[in-house]
Amino acid sequence: MANENNPQGERENYLNKHYGVWSWLLTTDHKRIALLYLLSVTFFFFIGGFFALLIRLELLTPAGDLVQADTYNKLFTMHGMVMVFFFLIPVVPAVLGNFLVPIMIGAKDLAFPRINLLSWYLYIVAGLLITHCMLTGGVDTGWTFYTPFSTAYTNTKIIEAGLAAFVAGFSSIFTGLNFIVTIHRMRAPGMTWSRLPLFVWAHYATSIIQILGTPVVAITIVLVAAERLFHLGIFDPKLGGDPLLFQHLFWFYSHPAVYIMILPSMGIISEIIACFTRKRIFGYNFVALSSIAIAVLGFLVWAHHMFVAGISVYAALIFSFLTYFVGVPSAIKVFNWTATLYKGSIRYEAPMLYAFGFLGLFTIGGLTGLFLACLGINVHVTDTYFVVAHFHYIMVGGVLMAYLGGIHFWWPKISGKMYPEGWARLGALIVFIGFNLTFFPQFILGYVGMPRRYYQYPPEFQVLNVLSTAGSTVLGIGYLLPMLYLLWSMRYGKPAPDNPWNAAGLEWKISSPPTTFNFEEEPVVTWEAYNYEELDTPQKEEVPVGR
Amino acid sequence: MFDNFPLWPQRASTMAANVDALYIFLLIVSGMMTGLIYVALVYFAARYRRQPGVQAEQIEGSTPLEVTWSVIPFIVFMVIFLWGAVVFFKGRTPPRDSTEVYVVAKQWMWKLEHAEGQREINELHVPVGRDVKLIMTSQDVIHSFFVPAFRMKQDVLPGRYTVAWFRATKPGTYHLFCAEYCGTQHSGMIGSIVVQEPSQYEAWMSGGSTGPLSATGEKIFAELGCATCHRSDTQGRGPNLQGVFGRPVLLEDGRTVTADENYIRESILDPGAKIVNGFKPVMPTFQGLVSEEQVNALVAYVKSLSKPGDGAGTKPAVVVPAKAPAKGNQVQ
Amino acid sequence: MADSTTMAAPTEGHNPALLHHFAEPQQQRDAASLGMWIFLATEVMFFGGLFCAYLIYRLKYFGEFAAASQQLSVKLGGTNTVVLICSSLTVVLAVWAVQHAKRTLLLGSLVATIILGFCFLGIKAVEYREKFEKHHVPGPSFQFANVPVPGHPDLMANPYHAQMYFSLYFVMTGLHALHMIIGIGFFAWLLWAAYKGRFTPEYYTPLEMGGLYWHFVDIVWIYLFPLLYLIDLRK
Repeated sequence: MANENNPQGERENYLNKHYGVWSWLLTTDHKRIALLYLLSVTFFFFIGGFFALLIRLELLTPAGDLVQADTYNKLFTMHGMVMVFFFLIPVVPAVLGNFLVPIMIGAKDLAFPRINLLSWYLYIVAGLLITHCMLTGGVDTGWTFYTPFSTAYTNTKIIEAGLAAFVAGFSSIFTGLNFIVTIHRMRAPGMTWSRLPLFVWAHYATSIIQILGTPVVAITIVLVAAERLFHLGIFDPKLGGDPLLFQHLFWFYSHPAVYIMILPSMGIISEIIACFTRKRIFGYNFVALSSIAIAVLGFLVWAHHMFVAGISVYAALIFSFLTYFVGVPSAIKVFNWTATLYKGSIRYEAPMLYAFGFLGLFTIGGLTGLFLACLGINVHVTDTYFVVAHFHYIMVGGVLMAYLGGIHFWWPKISGKMYPEGWARLGALIVFIGFNLTFFPQFILGYVGMPRRYYQYPPEFQVLNVLSTAGSTVLGIGYLLPMLYLLWSMRYGKPAPDNPWNAAGLEWKISSPPTTFNFEEEPVVTWEAYNYEELDTPQKEEVPVGR
Repeated sequence: MFDNFPLWPQRASTMAANVDALYIFLLIVSGMMTGLIYVALVYFAARYRRQPGVQAEQIEGSTPLEVTWSVIPFIVFMVIFLWGAVVFFKGRTPPRDSTEVYVVAKQWMWKLEHAEGQREINELHVPVGRDVKLIMTSQDVIHSFFVPAFRMKQDVLPGRYTVAWFRATKPGTYHLFCAEYCGTQHSGMIGSIVVQEPSQYEAWMSGGSTGPLSATGEKIFAELGCATCHRSDTQGRGPNLQGVFGRPVLLEDGRTVTADENYIRESILDPGAKIVNGFKPVMPTFQGLVSEEQVNALVAYVKSLSKPGDGAGTKPAVVVPAKAPAKGNQVQ
Repeated sequence: MADSTTMAAPTEGHNPALLHHFAEPQQQRDAASLGMWIFLATEVMFFGGLFCAYLIYRLKYFGEFAAASQQLSVKLGGTNTVVLICSSLTVVLAVWAVQHAKRTLLLGSLVATIILGFCFLGIKAVEYREKFEKHHVPGPSFQFANVPVPGHPDLMANPYHAQMYFSLYFVMTGLHALHMIIGIGFFAWLLWAAYKGRFTPEYYTPLEMGGLYWHFVDIVWIYLFPLLYLIDLRK
């Protein structure tokens, strides 16, 4: 209805209810906070992406001729730090999770809306710190900042960068805390655990990792900072310390961190596949429990990053063994998603194309994890481009594809507009092609022996590097396209109906975009998740929910 | 493969074939798995595309299927794990009687010293068919000794020794890379392993050396006054070092440790850490007074005091008798 | 108007403290409680990294850690332990007081908690000063010469290894003290809010949450005290 804010009589929703900068900066509406995050993570994504572009340009030629050695070292460090802490870790939970989790469970908001806003402000403070750090010289230790190089040998701004990661870590912790309490305490009547969308299960598992793992990297950063400031010797052998202690503490978080990145993406894939095959996900229970299994097992495998670091043969054996356990639930999920296609009724809108891309690329990324977990092979390929290819297949081929798929899937709900389908499909295709061209050659490069973090290399590695760089430009175009047409759609896109996909889930029963409090009346859930059979069968008069 | 554009690294060591076999096995398994999934995806995508009048069939799941596709991959994973473990063990166990080369890594170069005394920088000459054991440490930050053609990699740490070994099978020159980021010139910390026919290698060896490393060590041992306490009889204030290397040593707190390279190194740089049973803790530390190369030489010297055939652990565990130093105190 | 020793009776209808996104006060209380326990779990993991480092070096440098630990004053540490336990008691009293609408006891307990908190910090400051004077602060001025390892009169402790103990000592107790300061700050706010009558028997969630936090900080000290002060009490 018309009011002084929207005289045209546009239906009141969370976007137009209040106007003005302060209504956004002081909002406690989880949906607005999700959009604040969307802007911020996109900004850092393009910063990190820009560094990646410079890295790939340098690697076009064997000689180090584009930038100086120190600059290159800072480029790959800042690329890693920005992408890991400011994009991959927060992106899905803070953007799509924030927006959707309360709605999917039938709640009006998260349990702690003000802490949610605090999380965003912590992210911004961390972002300012890392930006200042970059502008005043950056860090050159690699995002893994191994000691004693980072504590006793480098002169770059470790403490500032460490502080940025520390603050970003607390942003992540509070998001996780919020989700766990919300999912436990704020589910609508009838929304039992077994009726939860798999997206919610995925975020629950992710939140467990966020709250238990992140504090350990936080204390590790504190120790590194203390060592630099006060010349302690905790990690310095010259003073009786042990550099391997740093690695254990660091990887205790940083391995589970990769599950923080992938689990929410897997949640997105479940939602998309169910909708575009018009079926309940095959093996719902197994997929839900696999998320929890990944979260738990993920804490037991950290030293598989340290097989050649100087740990004993016996420790290596144990961690290799456990790493194979954590591969099983991921495999189960891929099989279940594939099986969902069987006897489905499949459509190929952009979200589904991204989901197919995810399945293909995550399969390769996950299988190459088996190579790395294998001790005999790990010795040869660790610290080479094989590892770089493996984790980019998961993080870019997995997380980013799923994220883009999710953005497209829920764009009508978030913005109230439809994106242009033709451009979106083209974008998905360009990303898929560009991605493979960029990263597949790197598997070969790794086995042939090119180490990581090299800005100059023997000439026989050049052809593969050139292929990779060519791919990266295509990939860059694939990322710019959605930026452009999604922005375009906010003004010129077709207005979206409440449920353009006729999808299951509470979020599709409310308006696009939703009102500030999501539901006018608390929904009472009497149906199972993914009730596509009901949705696709012409019903007698359906009682609307939450109007 | 292609000279300008290799798609596979050269095979120049005994381990290379083992690692490659394992890798190819994994490529086949992954290829099959990928093929299976891709075929299923493409087939289902085509076969079950949306058709008017056809509804999706709601299938809850299938527990037997879940169990099957959990158990079978798990079994395959265990095979991969076990095979990988066997290869790993082999690669981490230097054969007895390997020729030893001491490696000191520093930002940004590799310093190598053969047991016979030849010193090299960023290059390592070895004969074909000989087991070579690298005893490595770093002067500053963590580095990593990586020879792709040998499928060999081992991080090199400050403050302790790490060990790697190989047996070269093909003469040639192969890349040596540093594989752990170590600062500005990390990508410049590269070199070559030069594998030669035995005759060529002998010729190379005879060209200039400062004498065997153990002889250098013996000189340092005398210069620093070690011989004052570590006498070769039973009268010294420190244990007699004849035959110590590679054998178990009883400490005064009851523990028994093996006198390996790290133990000898620690005894020089931090003697208070482990006191041999029956001796007083009077040895001063030489931390800061000896370079890494000098420590390597001393270690080589102490090793040379063990008779040949006194390899690590060949004799049954022998306990150092707890007697006062003035009386007959044999280190056996 | 209610007198100053009791609190106002609960008003009818919807409690102003009920936030809009909760259906009822019990849900809000449960959410707050679960949230605080999860936060405490993150704090356990945070301190856990330090305890892990301590464990590893304690085992590696067994003798030196004992020698260094003997340099601390068990009297002062023990007093601080008693101070903290008493402060946890006053916190419990405050919660009981608010549950039974006893305003004076509530305010008094909160004041006592804050005072005891400052006592703790004061004693800590005395100990830190002593460390400074004895050159036990890690860094270039650290000195630890000719201190025998307990039980081994002729074995002198390696100063670098003793420094490791003190590095961990300062980081662990420093982090703990920081948490105390934040706790005292929060309790100061609680005191002000209690004075303003914000808490009633129906609504005292911030007090309860603050109490949980305070007890946690106390428990961390209960672990720190024996690990740092009591590992070797031989003369």
